[in-house]
Amino acid sequence: MRPYKGRAGIFILEKRFIRVSLKRKDLLTLEELSGEEIIQILDTAASFKEVVQRPVKKVPALRGKTVVNLFFEPSTRTRTSFELAAKRLSADVVNFTASASSLVKGESLLDTVRNIQAMNVQTIIMRHACSGAVNLVAKNIRASVVNAGDGKHEHPTQGLLDIFTIREAKGRFENLTVTLVGDIIHSRVARSNIHGLLKLGAKVRIVGPATLLPEVFTRLGVEVYHRLEDAIADTDVINILRIQLERQDEQFFPSAREYANLYGVNARRLKLARPDVLIMHPGPMNRGVEISPRVADGPNSVILDQVTNGVAVRMAVLYLLTGGESDENSD
Amino acid sequence: MRILIKGGRIIDPSNNRDTTGDLWLEKGRVLEITPPGARAPEKRDQVIAASGLVVAPGLVDMHVHLREPGAEYKETIASGTRAAAAGGITSLACMPNTEPPIDNLAMVELILSKAKNQGLVNVFPIACITKGRAGRELTEMGELKAAGVVAVSDDGDPLSSPGLMRSALQYAGMLDLLVINHAEDKSLSGRGVAHAGFMAAKLGLAGVPRSAMEIMIARDIILAEETGSRIHIPHVSTAGAVRMIREAKARGVKVTAETAPHFLALTDDCLSDYDTHVRVNPPVAEAVDQAALITGLSDGTLDVIATDHAPHSSREKEIEFANAAPGICGLETMLSLVLTCLVAPKKLSLPEALRCLTHNPGKIIQSSKGTLSPGAEADVVIFDPAAERIIQASEFQSQSRNTPFDGWKVQGEVMATLVAGRVVYRHASWNN
Repeated sequence: MRPYKGRAGIFILEKRFIRVSLKRKDLLTLEELSGEEIIQILDTAASFKEVVQRPVKKVPALRGKTVVNLFFEPSTRTRTSFELAAKRLSADVVNFTASASSLVKGESLLDTVRNIQAMNVQTIIMRHACSGAVNLVAKNIRASVVNAGDGKHEHPTQGLLDIFTIREAKGRFENLTVTLVGDIIHSRVARSNIHGLLKLGAKVRIVGPATLLPEVFTRLGVEVYHRLEDAIADTDVINILRIQLERQDEQFFPSAREYANLYGVNARRLKLARPDVLIMHPGPMNRGVEISPRVADGPNSVILDQVTNGVAVRMAVLYLLTGGESDENSD
Repeated sequence: MRILIKGGRIIDPSNNRDTTGDLWLEKGRVLEITPPGARAPEKRDQVIAASGLVVAPGLVDMHVHLREPGAEYKETIASGTRAAAAGGITSLACMPNTEPPIDNLAMVELILSKAKNQGLVNVFPIACITKGRAGRELTEMGELKAAGVVAVSDDGDPLSSPGLMRSALQYAGMLDLLVINHAEDKSLSGRGVAHAGFMAAKLGLAGVPRSAMEIMIARDIILAEETGSRIHIPHVSTAGAVRMIREAKARGVKVTAETAPHFLALTDDCLSDYDTHVRVNPPVAEAVDQAALITGLSDGTLDVIATDHAPHSSREKEIEFANAAPGICGLETMLSLVLTCLVAPKKLSLPEALRCLTHNPGKIIQSSKGTLSPGAEADVVIFDPAAERIIQASEFQSQSRNTPFDGWKVQGEVMATLVAGRVVYRHASWNN
């Protein structure tokens, strides 16, 4: 993989002098993207980050297009982030939540999305509790589908914003070690990070209790650890996944206290990593469980930068999927 | 009037026969097999030219879900037996997971009478082990056996209680009634929807470890050994299960076992696009398991290949993977898949493969099916083993289309199927 070398691809968004787009209808996974495509998204996001730091945070790139936020699982931050991203691109945004929909009346997922498509929307941003639900939808409709998290599979825009944040701070992926900590088997964030980081040339370590991290993950090309101390030794980035406390009831680990003892990232353990280690967390955090408050709020933390970058990355994704084609050709 | 099926390669594993010859049928029964051209037909005899084709006992499929009564939108006895005939299957045993379930005499009689009036092939009902398949009270197996059931099973619901399973084996064993128990420990399979391997981990699907099947098989083997009763293990899918069954057979335990065509044709790599047609329970496992299944078939550890035909409509399949109903429509693809995945790559000879599709299942359900012995009912399949065809789900006789094999190029085409001497299926391109 060619390592990242400086920012490229700045273009004049307002005038659309350069029509750029991803050569794909949907963004479902980072597994399916090439390293070049990921870099293209990151570069575009960097331009948008400049836009959103201006007093007027809006560009007309998606004017006249309709974006639907279709969330079958509760979400506040991802949905808000996508909504802001679409609005800053001047798209019309509609939020559709499952509880208010016909889904409770027994309508199938495909019938629901076909109905939404029949209202002539260009992009559907979708979150669903079932892995692969976005694949099913994308195969069956003409609109672009952006995966905002499918079950335990992938959450590509979270992966992209994590990678964007790493690049912003470190400027490289070669000779860079990223450690993902926690409930790997149930984590869509982990899978997207793994695929994306490996394509860009980073080393990836994953660490968690054996119940939440089967050895087969080594086949993805990552190093599997069960001792946190080993996994964070000399690492450049620690991305701490949220531990769902309900997993205790399923006997994946004995207690939150035990989890914090073995896998909690605290100031003492942080000394094992590189001094300039980045601390990341996709949120929402369980302070005192997977991450200590001192680490969460400490100088190495870029947790809020991740949130800021999320909007720019999602603008880039929406723009590259739908902005490249002219209005007349879209349906 | 007699029927002469002339000049085919007659393969009858029950008599260790594999010869070119003439098969004579009379009054719905097998009359005799003579050397090619040994005797000329009389004018009133019907002659079916079968040179270049294989003539075998009609296939016996001991694991089928006909869905009637209760889910007639998926399959009926009429459509399911039509599909069976198209697949060369002349006898099938149907599972009792109907609604209501087959757990009493009236239900058995309903199935038998519908099969007699509307069925194209022989239907042998399997009754429940427990009332309502609820895993609490045994059914009236004495009466059910007298009414014609060939086995008892709670189908997809395993008998979780070892104590109840032991009683069921003792009681059914006394009646010489076969017990079939779905081998799955629910505390291990949990909410799993795919084999707990790399693919499930990558795709974020809840996994079913091999132990879910293997622990239950280990238990059932122990109980069958202790009670001396017969146990049949359906749809074996893992290497460990094959090993345990092999060891049990070597010790003399009365255990028989089957695997399904989809386990011979698919591995969990096929899950990559979340194709719900690959969603099946037990789940398709890995290449090492597939290799062990094939070895198990060739060394006799696995006796039977049965479809586990499980028709579902688009309502159950064109949805999220984890919510999709498990099951594959198998009647019309079994023979081709066996020819393509086992016989063509020379993993099993054609007679060995046909033994698992005819004589062995016929014997296990204690029927007189799966043979061309003189006097047997003239249930015959005539097929072209070399013909290449594309599987087209849209052409299925079954009411359902849920197959992962749509569009597959396979070998083997059923040219005609006869039940008791009557042609119940004839290939459209065949002029005989």
